[in-house]
Amino acid sequence: MMLENQTLAPSDGYVTADGRQIGGVMMDLRNITLRFGGVEAIKDISFDIREGEIRAIIGPNGAGKSSMLNVISGFYVPQEGEVWFNGAKRPPTKPYQVARQGIARTFQNIALFEGMSVLDNVMTGRLRQMSSGLFSQALWWGKAQTEEVENRAAVERIIDFLEIQSIRKTPVGRLPYGLKKRVELARALAAEPHLLLLDEPMAGMNVEEKEDMSRFILDVNDEFGTTIALIEHDMGVVMDLSDRVVVMDYGRKIGDGTPEEVRNNEAVIDAYLGVSHD
Amino acid sequence: MSADFLYGIEVLINGLMAGVLYALVALGFVLIYKASGIFNYAQGVMALFGALTLTGIMSGQVPFAHLINATFGTHIHNFGWNVPALGAIALTLVVMVCFAWMVQKFVFRHLVGQEPIILFMATIGLAYFLEGMGDLMWGSDIKKLDVGLPQGGSRWVEDITAGLGGDDFYGFFIDKLDMVATLVAAILVISLVMFSQYTKQGRAMRAVADDHQAALSVGISLNYIWILVWSLAGLVALVAGIMWGAKSGVQFSLSLIALKALPVLMLGGFTSIPGAIVGGLIIGVGEKLFEYLIGAPFLGGATENWFAYVLALIFLVFRPQGLFGEKIIERV
Repeated sequence: MMLENQTLAPSDGYVTADGRQIGGVMMDLRNITLRFGGVEAIKDISFDIREGEIRAIIGPNGAGKSSMLNVISGFYVPQEGEVWFNGAKRPPTKPYQVARQGIARTFQNIALFEGMSVLDNVMTGRLRQMSSGLFSQALWWGKAQTEEVENRAAVERIIDFLEIQSIRKTPVGRLPYGLKKRVELARALAAEPHLLLLDEPMAGMNVEEKEDMSRFILDVNDEFGTTIALIEHDMGVVMDLSDRVVVMDYGRKIGDGTPEEVRNNEAVIDAYLGVSHD
Repeated sequence: MSADFLYGIEVLINGLMAGVLYALVALGFVLIYKASGIFNYAQGVMALFGALTLTGIMSGQVPFAHLINATFGTHIHNFGWNVPALGAIALTLVVMVCFAWMVQKFVFRHLVGQEPIILFMATIGLAYFLEGMGDLMWGSDIKKLDVGLPQGGSRWVEDITAGLGGDDFYGFFIDKLDMVATLVAAILVISLVMFSQYTKQGRAMRAVADDHQAALSVGISLNYIWILVWSLAGLVALVAGIMWGAKSGVQFSLSLIALKALPVLMLGGFTSIPGAIVGGLIIGVGEKLFEYLIGAPFLGGATENWFAYVLALIFLVFRPQGLFGEKIIERV
């Protein structure tokens, strides 16, 4: 059984159960196939991400979830299929260019600048907002000065929001795992992204940390209206957080719909409970 | 104060000033190594090339004159004009930036993700290519570099310090060129540190040095940063080339100042800008004092050539990561 949400026209919006406005299609992935040598990590997958929603990608280990996220963020280039972003087909785009288009991300294994302070790490997220040129920056003159001050203020707001004021000046390398995850989220948020990609934001966290992180994700979506696509293992968390869920298994899409629909999907239950594939 | 003691201080001061110049050369290595993991063997040759280009432009030499004359049977050597020092320095900087761009475009962009040893080999190739290029463009004769820096001992310092040690002491002998070099190097180092700490590009540079993937994910173009870093290394090389070239003429041996930077790097660590500075000062002072106190009286002199390496080796045994280098922790 394949659940599809394609009955909605791309431009249609809808209102969720808890009264949030979901807009039209922002990111549309069409028939994506990704191969590493002879291995097909993603096989002909299509789904979309709508403005303002929290979209989850779930699936067992090795299902191709992270590969999917890497396709969206430009780290992998699919052999087949098209990526549509904001209504236009995206040509092959380098990761840094994707970031500049307003797609921020976090990593499964945390990729922070370990030698830099929390503040500096979050500041790097603001690079997209800083437009002054090399010479202006080098001479600390004109636009560069006001820009730095404005961006510092924006960064401080995010630091407050994520409750990491007390570690602002600490080198990231010294922080415990849970806090690093939070700093990484802060850096991604600093970019004021249109689309925020979170690769297993709660992996390796204890219950309390998971609750905190869930709260932050919901708050981000709520207060800033940021569209979020996340990968997660923990089914409970996913069901509580997300508006719509894509389920992957062995590189294929086996389900797509609201948490309720996905929960009752036979193929999904099989994949998670481990029924033999025959 | 006894005259001997005062001469000791004079040696110390000269050592410090020599150390600043060593630090300057070492800094070029650190910049590139930090941002891209490449140990740039060509740093010394870049200094030579920078100085050659500067003298060439200043004296209005026609680049590739030898090649052109041999091919077309012409006899051109000079444009017949002289470019003032500042203008020539600016033009040379443009050349160094072009060089940085070409290095990135034609060599290292294609070697991303390769083993460090392969990158190192590539820089050796680069060093010899650039050396040959310098010869081809500007000829191989020894040139005098005069950008108008003051030369000779400073009368002023000598006069005001002459009274310190009684009749036997005639004041500190300190070369004016060394003083200028120290000042310029200090300004350059401070600006580089400020640039890397407080500007957007500097922050991006540090980000790239730390984690490539994370840097990409916040929208930093690695290619751009590497060109920037090679340009800065070119700038540092040019300044070093000017100072050393003004001192001892622009000739092939200028590229060997890179060897002076090696013990500084061993001492200070390959990844630390403060390390390069402190390391340079320690080596500069260390080798001058050792020569003065032990080398010259007991060992027959000429210890300056090897003392730095011995010091660095001893240091390596006890602190392999250098003074300020990142500590290597093996997590199990």
